Amino acid sequence: MASSHTPAAALIPDGDTSIVPTMISMRGVNKHFGPLHVLRDINLEVTRGQVVVVLGPSGSGKSTLCRTINRLETTDTGFIAIDGQALPAEGKALTRYRADVGMVFQSFNLFAHKTILENVMLAPQKVRRLSKTAARDRAMALLERVGIANQADKLPAQLSGGQQQRVAIARALAMEPKVMLFDEPTSALDPEMVTEVLEVMSSLAKGGMTMLVVTHEMGFARRAADRVVFMADGQILEDTTPNEFFSNPATSRARDFLSKILSH
Amino acid sequence: MEILTEYGDQLITAFIRTIQLAGLSAVGALVLGTILAAMRVSPVWALRTVATGYVNIVRNTPLTLVVLFASFGLAQQLGVTLVDPNSPTSITDSSFRLAVLAFSTYTATFVCEALRAGVNTVPIGQSEAARSLGLGFTQGLRYIVLPQAFRAVVAPLGSIMIALIKNTTIASVIGVAEASLLMKEVIENTSALIVVGLIFALGFMCLTIPTGAVFGFLSKKLAVRT
Repeated sequence: MASSHTPAAALIPDGDTSIVPTMISMRGVNKHFGPLHVLRDINLEVTRGQVVVVLGPSGSGKSTLCRTINRLETTDTGFIAIDGQALPAEGKALTRYRADVGMVFQSFNLFAHKTILENVMLAPQKVRRLSKTAARDRAMALLERVGIANQADKLPAQLSGGQQQRVAIARALAMEPKVMLFDEPTSALDPEMVTEVLEVMSSLAKGGMTMLVVTHEMGFARRAADRVVFMADGQILEDTTPNEFFSNPATSRARDFLSKILSH
Repeated sequence: MEILTEYGDQLITAFIRTIQLAGLSAVGALVLGTILAAMRVSPVWALRTVATGYVNIVRNTPLTLVVLFASFGLAQQLGVTLVDPNSPTSITDSSFRLAVLAFSTYTATFVCEALRAGVNTVPIGQSEAARSLGLGFTQGLRYIVLPQAFRAVVAPLGSIMIALIKNTTIASVIGVAEASLLMKEVIENTSALIVVGLIFALGFMCLTIPTGAVFGFLSKKLAVRT
């Protein structure tokens, strides 16, 4: 997996994915919330091992984009696929598809009545049909990896936000997903806890995981992203390397956005 | 005191019958109520409609009618007696089982509505997380949403159970030998209305107050901390 992590893939033009297979594919995706056109003709291809950071002002549709990929939000028109498999509308096919797509939420969403360990073990047991011991071994290894193994028997409410979010990442990874989606994973955290979560995400990125990250963490975008996608008003306005985006944004919307967040 | 010495054994037997009625009906109501609640929040239109119709009809029917329907409607008109007709105790067994059926089906509607309120207290993020991990609707309900919904409504479920215990007195109308049937008999025989009334009221409090206490304790102990 690590060898397929090729930042250069960012520069491969659309269509030429013969070298690295496409993991996330969105074509002509549109969505309305009532009269509001929240996703306008979204086209996005993410190749295996790529880390794409989605930036943009609030209300630009970036969270919605993230949530359409595993159909937590439906779309009006367009085509979405993971690893060549089209997103099914419902039923068993949809649950199987979702099992391959890890998701981390802004508000963690750990199962409040279950211990940390049970949170990580549940889906591998019930969806992947792993035995209890196998699920436990996998869960403990992942909790070790995110540095929470010593809290395994606590309830989510007994952990700090940063710890909860690291557990949420472990819970998603326990399904061995092909792709990880992060929907503003650090937005609900106290500032001093942001780093511990970003560190886990960075190591995941280095390990070759295909990631789509909606965030406001510009430092993470610079360091860990292969590509930056800039959205405003439901459209993708820029899709380029972090270096290019931060030093030489092409659109006035992006320049405006950057001037507001980087000036202080 | 004479009343207690004369009727003491019968009193205990009658209250044991009351406890059996309430206990079995509680189990039935919780099981059926959970199924109904799951149907009412299901994405399947037919299940929702059936459950909603059932709850609206049964919950709005007086319990006496439900009990009488079980006895006269099911047993006498349709021949559903729930017992082996050749058994020597078939008549009392039949009234008892039909009463349990009536109380279960009636109380289930209240359990269903309490649970449905509980489901609404579970944050949407919990079921989104379940779905994002590949759990199906039923799995998400079973492992994530309903367990938390239950914990949120333990206290109201306690009230429903207390109401159920007191409602069992209605079984006397179809001749189940529970506490209130004995009370009528004792009053007729002794005409000590107030004393007898107090004894039986005390008897019911011995059942309902601990029930309330247990549910109150569980409510605190099981509460989901967020």
